[in-house]
Amino acid sequence: MAEPRSIDIKEQPGFRSIAIICLLVLYVPVLILMIFSLNSGSLVTHWEGVTLGWYGSALRNEEFHNAARNTLIISISATIISTVCATLAAIGMTRVKPWRGLAAAFMVINLPLMVPEIITAVATLSFFALIAGTFGLNFGIGNLILAHTVFCIPFAYMPIRARLEDMDLTLEYAAADLYATPWNAFRRITLPLLVPGIMSGAALAFIVSFDDFTITQLVAGPGQTTLPLYIWNQIRRPMTPEINAISTILLLVSILFVSVSFLIARRRAK
Amino acid sequence: MTTATLTPTMPSKAALFEAQAVKAGARRNRLLSLPALIIIGIFGVLPLLIICVYSFLVAAPYGGVQWQFSTDAYLNFLFQRDIFDDTLQFTPDFLIIYLRSFLFAVVTTIICLLLGFPTAYFMATRPPAQRNWWVLLITIPFWSNLLVRTLAIMFIIRDEGLINNALLALGVIDKPITMLYTNFAIQLGLLYAFLPFMVLPLYSSLEKLDFRLIEAAYDLYATRRQVLWRVIIPLSKPGIIAGCLLVFIPALGAYVTPLILGGGVHLMIGDLIAQQFGSGRNWPLGCAQALILMAAVLVALFFYVRNTSGKVQHG
Repeated sequence: MAEPRSIDIKEQPGFRSIAIICLLVLYVPVLILMIFSLNSGSLVTHWEGVTLGWYGSALRNEEFHNAARNTLIISISATIISTVCATLAAIGMTRVKPWRGLAAAFMVINLPLMVPEIITAVATLSFFALIAGTFGLNFGIGNLILAHTVFCIPFAYMPIRARLEDMDLTLEYAAADLYATPWNAFRRITLPLLVPGIMSGAALAFIVSFDDFTITQLVAGPGQTTLPLYIWNQIRRPMTPEINAISTILLLVSILFVSVSFLIARRRAK
Repeated sequence: MTTATLTPTMPSKAALFEAQAVKAGARRNRLLSLPALIIIGIFGVLPLLIICVYSFLVAAPYGGVQWQFSTDAYLNFLFQRDIFDDTLQFTPDFLIIYLRSFLFAVVTTIICLLLGFPTAYFMATRPPAQRNWWVLLITIPFWSNLLVRTLAIMFIIRDEGLINNALLALGVIDKPITMLYTNFAIQLGLLYAFLPFMVLPLYSSLEKLDFRLIEAAYDLYATRRQVLWRVIIPLSKPGIIAGCLLVFIPALGAYVTPLILGGGVHLMIGDLIAQQFGSGRNWPLGCAQALILMAAVLVALFFYVRNTSGKVQHG
């Protein structure tokens, strides 16, 4: 028999190698894509030398500008609307006396997370087609902003709610004891304490809107190309490393926002 | 927010006043959730009801619907009307695509679990500082652009891709192996896309594992294998179920992966639905197909709710 004292009780054989394999599997393809964005050859497959030229040609590209502008308009608007709504909803639904319909309201908020994206996409498309056909209503790029806001709300809601649940109630009681009006207590105590949660939620909302492909592709009208749609259009043509450069830019934006959200959440945990 | 903690048994005038204020405050609070509920209600829930209605209508020739009741969309799911004698013939084409997608999703879930569980356990047993880095490293692909990540896989497995180029250069093969636009490509893409969705919920469940129980098992002469199968895995069951669901549901409805790696030849449910709204020009059929997918998802969610609530009762 092996001596039981000598083993590390947490260890399981082979788990370390599997974890490292997972990490490699997740990162190697993306890193290769990024490295090839620096390839000076015009083919996406043969390595010829290092250049930043593809970033230059991407940044000078008119279509890329339009796509980037659309993406920013949509994701910034959707982030602001969804974060405001999610913050209000979190305050109305967390640490309050359970009200009738609270469980149902919670389900509605989380609904966009449970429905497969393709279903949301065709449903939203049908909806906008219906109101355009019946009432002649078309909000232009507002259609996309509204569609994005819907699925951004639950992502913004989660960290804000988590923050509210962790918060120290005694500070608010103290404010009330010192004759602060509810509004003052909220503005001077609750809201400042809530800011990290709101920031983290806004970062997540921005990233899911910025990256969305499925819903945008089905709902977008002519001239409403976003960056993911632009990449999709490029895939179907003969490819140059310019597509790697644009993809890399998108990945770097994701990494930046995820890291920001993550660091804010970690500081909260301390 | 000032809850009446010191309310006397005989409510004084002040206490009554306070209770009223609390009530009013609660009502105000409740109203705060309205903007979010209204937006999701109008632009999220209502569209789902609209496709329910659309699925019972007739397709207009150039996309859209005609307001005429029909159950053809559901019939067309399994049957095709013969143009000559108007009889219904059993055509399992769509059913086969649903079964294919189901198989893809199941295989994806199983392989993600086999890879994700050891990874999550390894992460959970690291010292806290290292653990944070691991979580960040898994979180980044979780939130990264799926289209771009799928594109990265495409670059590697293309005929002129890295794998084929390397094998050709090494002289292992003399003509490229076709991997893109095959079932293998879709399966690989799904695994790659959803692996982080398995690891993160597993990790958050394993992180809370009480290691004294493992110590107790070893004290009672359990082997490593017994500790894994009889202690660790049963204790992390909620995480396993959550992870499987988070992989299974999006994998079943996957759209981007088969679109790019299947090349429109090897379809999954997601592409099939989108096709009815594009070149297929049969919106009612697309709506019916979407609702059938939704039903499958609801079954999976029901299974999840029943399992987790059962656990609470035993707990």
